[in-house]
Amino acid sequence: MRDRLIFIGQLLFTLLVAAFLVVPAVQSILAGVTVNYFRGIQSGLTLQWVFQVLDLYTGTILLSFVIAFATLAVTLVVGVPAAYALHVREGRLSRIVEEIITLPLAIPGLAIALALLLTYQGFSDFRRSWFFILTGHVIFTMPFMVRSVMAVFASVDIKTLDEGAASLGASPWRRFRDVIVPNAIPGILAGSLMVVTLSLGEFNLTWMLHTPLTKTLPIGLADSYASMRLEVASAYTLIFFVMIIPLLVAMQFFAEKEQKR
Amino acid sequence: MSASEGHGASVRIEACGKTFADGTRALEPATLEIARGETLVLLGPSGCGKTTMLRIIAGLELPDAGGKVLFDGKDMTSIPIERRNVGMVFQSYALFPNMSVSDNIGYGLKIRGVPEKQRAARVAELVALTNISGLENRRIDQLSGGQRQRVALARAVAIRPGILLLDEPLTALDAALRDRLRGELNRLLRALGITAIYVTHDQAEAMELGDRVVVMQKGAIAQIGTPREIYFTPQNRFVAEFIGAANIIEASIENGHLLLPGGRQAIGGDASMPAAVAMIRPETIHVVESGRAPLSGVIDSVSFIGDRQRLVVSGVSGKPLTIDAPNTVQARTGERIGLLISPDAVRLLPLEK
Repeated sequence: MRDRLIFIGQLLFTLLVAAFLVVPAVQSILAGVTVNYFRGIQSGLTLQWVFQVLDLYTGTILLSFVIAFATLAVTLVVGVPAAYALHVREGRLSRIVEEIITLPLAIPGLAIALALLLTYQGFSDFRRSWFFILTGHVIFTMPFMVRSVMAVFASVDIKTLDEGAASLGASPWRRFRDVIVPNAIPGILAGSLMVVTLSLGEFNLTWMLHTPLTKTLPIGLADSYASMRLEVASAYTLIFFVMIIPLLVAMQFFAEKEQKR
Repeated sequence: MSASEGHGASVRIEACGKTFADGTRALEPATLEIARGETLVLLGPSGCGKTTMLRIIAGLELPDAGGKVLFDGKDMTSIPIERRNVGMVFQSYALFPNMSVSDNIGYGLKIRGVPEKQRAARVAELVALTNISGLENRRIDQLSGGQRQRVALARAVAIRPGILLLDEPLTALDAALRDRLRGELNRLLRALGITAIYVTHDQAEAMELGDRVVVMQKGAIAQIGTPREIYFTPQNRFVAEFIGAANIIEASIENGHLLLPGGRQAIGGDASMPAAVAMIRPETIHVVESGRAPLSGVIDSVSFIGDRQRLVVSGVSGKPLTIDAPNTVQARTGERIGLLISPDAVRLLPLEK
């Protein structure tokens, strides 16, 4: 009987904490499909706000994904070989490079953005294109890719595997393709997951770097909260949510599958 | 596989030393020659430089300036490992977890562009040779330690390397398995007739496998010789004590005899120096009746091992003497016994400072 009371108490507490976190999300989502938020749900449900957002922000949403996957592509192409090189080479220079790559973790996004603006404001074509935001995102997400790949390298003794493949005659490129990358898949997936979500959700840096024509999802969200009805902004949140959740689940799924292997 | 497959290269290393970036001297400059088809064992305690020497021969480390590595007389010093045509078995095996057993064995052939059909035939040949039939499609994490060791060996041999390099290949296995695989490995190396360089800290492995053994200590070569030479005629105290069991006795010499507390022991050969360090192997000491023997002492302890018994006898020399006696000898603790040692069995070692 006493155990049961304790259990019910714990259950209630858990539900309360969960509700504390979930209710605002549910409310925000509901607001996006309510005819008039101030009159409440009895004013009726509608998808008009969702369509309005899609109408206004399709370009922003698409650009956001383009930037996220371009960021992923760059961090993969640069980050994985960099992690390999940093892991295999001992020596002070490697450690210094590793520190430099990791630095953006400690520097506020605003500072990185300011540095980019100061340096490249003269290159107006570059400044105005989405490649400018891409540059910021790559700097910001690179440490996550490099770190998570290096963590896997350390756990599977990639250096000895590399030496093993070399002893069998494989050139550095073949070793990288046949042995290094396949054995780093869990780290690459985990890194990719972080890079894409961070890029999609990044606000600080992007806010500084964007132009009216190069906006990403979070910038559009801030924009809609600032300048439009609350229902429209909430519908925007709903769309953001619907887009990012399947992506997260899919990548989590791959990561788990790989770990079981 | 027939002996005609012998395809070894000869190896020569000249003045190869190794100093690491942090200033540690891992290897004093060493010169060494390994004949085609020979199995050379690098033996020594950990940190003696044996693995560094192997890695220099493999091409995984560069020797310090001035050092040279030659295969069949050709300078390979600056050639990376992937173009040296060596086969290597690593202590941790370094098998690729992302490939099956047969893909691991065939990887070197694939790199060399061997067509799939020939590759499969060669892999099958090695699977049979190393007794791992039935495991071809397994993943590496589904293999036992002994099986992994066989796969690693098959993979290294598949490419018909000029030189086979083995870095403590049996160390990760338990004792019984190690003994069995040692025998198999020995037969395999003989059958292949390949030049092999084998690193170990286990003197039993070195004795069984090596045509010659290089005993190393603190980054330098202490002695090079056949297993018999290093066992019977060690050149210094380190080699004598590292290889097998040894009684090391310090004594003065008079008229061709060692003067010991327990009597006088005749020595062979040149005995003109006033004092010496002598080595006597436990199995060369014979137990006899105490009355007629030139040496005598008192038994401290008797350990029955099975095929023999080990006695510790005090009062003969400064330190208690270890004796391996036949298991039929009657010996009791506290008993006084006589000892007989052939003059040939006493090996004089240089005095150390």
